[in-house]
Amino acid sequence: MKYTKDHEWLRVDGDLVTVGITEHAATQLGDVVFVELPEIETVVAEGDEVVVIESVKAASDILAPTAGEIVEVNEALVDNPALINEDPTGMAWIFKMKLDDLSVLDDFMDEDEYLELIG
Amino acid sequence: MLRLGLHDLHTALGGKMVPFAGYEMPVQYPAGVLKEHLHTRTAAGLFDVSHMGQVLLRPRGTLREAALAFEALMPVDVLGLAVGRQRYGLFTDATGGVLDDLMFANRGDHFLVVVNAGCKVADIAHMKAMLAGACDVVPVLNRGLLALQGPLAEAVLERLVSGAAAMRFMDVAYLDWGGVELWVSRSGYTGEDGYEISVPDAALQGFAEALLAEPEVMPIGLGARDSLRLEAGLCLYGHDLDPTTSPVEAGLTWALQKARRAGGEREGGYPGSDRVMQELAHGPARLRVGLRPEGRAPMREGTLLFAGDEAVGAIASGGFGPSVQAPIAMGYVAAPFAKTGTELMAELRGKRLPVTVCGMPFHPTTYKR
Repeated sequence: MKYTKDHEWLRVDGDLVTVGITEHAATQLGDVVFVELPEIETVVAEGDEVVVIESVKAASDILAPTAGEIVEVNEALVDNPALINEDPTGMAWIFKMKLDDLSVLDDFMDEDEYLELIG
Repeated sequence: MLRLGLHDLHTALGGKMVPFAGYEMPVQYPAGVLKEHLHTRTAAGLFDVSHMGQVLLRPRGTLREAALAFEALMPVDVLGLAVGRQRYGLFTDATGGVLDDLMFANRGDHFLVVVNAGCKVADIAHMKAMLAGACDVVPVLNRGLLALQGPLAEAVLERLVSGAAAMRFMDVAYLDWGGVELWVSRSGYTGEDGYEISVPDAALQGFAEALLAEPEVMPIGLGARDSLRLEAGLCLYGHDLDPTTSPVEAGLTWALQKARRAGGEREGGYPGSDRVMQELAHGPARLRVGLRPEGRAPMREGTLLFAGDEAVGAIASGGFGPSVQAPIAMGYVAAPFAKTGTELMAELRGKRLPVTVCGMPFHPTTYKR
């Protein structure tokens, strides 16, 4: 598993990367009540706002961790946004994307580095 | 940043502290906003609202003279308020805008006023300037304020404090807790039955801990306080009310008693009465309404509202209603669009999404009248 400084996790399977938010991020957000997913086949650049997550407290944008194409989204989150709090690193994966350049994955943090970031 | 008397208790309970109105306040505890909200609706929630301003108005002459002087600040009937009763009030400015909303109680030989934390400095200065001669304006600096809210609040408080259950909505009383004098009102800001309890600083932590030791009680943060009041259709000053909004626009005409209206015994005579009376007679240009967004996306403060291409208003406060299980909001719309059932469009992240004007509260209130 890889991690971004925006508290997303990336699970790599060939050229397909599954993206979700970390447990730390889910706790910080509080109870999630709404998730807006991107369209499949959307081509995104690094830093594009691709997902909106709203908790009871506030709205947060989830950014594309790198350039690529969205190929699958987790529709279960639309009907059950609370999954993000219940199982952020499992059932509550958010989207899958095909990366333009797999070598960028080396730039992301591993688990130890991420745990250090969140203290 | 000021600290509450119960700061250490909040952090020991795992409260997440955030800045609010100049104070470090618990926005939520480990249970989280959703569970805290629902617990208050089904059992009893304890809120620390010690940041709010408690002020005594002590008459220099008679209570009647003090009441009449206080009426010069508000479009509200003060004189008609019976001993042992509390009423909602609002300070208006010369343009009829709302300077603050408040509660005031007739305690026999004086009034107790409770104002919003963010406005309390200005309110006290305002009262001192305007009531001089009729009252001494005495801020209460040695008491905290707790709110115990929810369907089981009555049973919990009566267990600790005899006399609580006999009170009805908007009664005020002095009750005794083991030699400590509590100032209790049967009121709150959640739409639920419950109490607001002023406690001397020296006994505040002990009393809060005694309430929390009861199995029905959970500590509740500002996050759930906001979602609870929103579901109850209650205004939050600085969001739903401010100096640009009049009491009539805000739909608070129920708080403007007959005695102060046109033809009443003490008609007008408060700041901005021209505008308020004109709006009462002919209707305001815009009105605060409830709004139900279609779908699940919460719509928050500042979201613009449209009828066709015409901008007709904006959301003043909005979010997700945990008991309603849907997004809810309130906002101001031009009067022709304020009718229940009117369909408008809200602009959210560049898209226009349907919202319907609705009545309030969003969740039925359960006051013990």
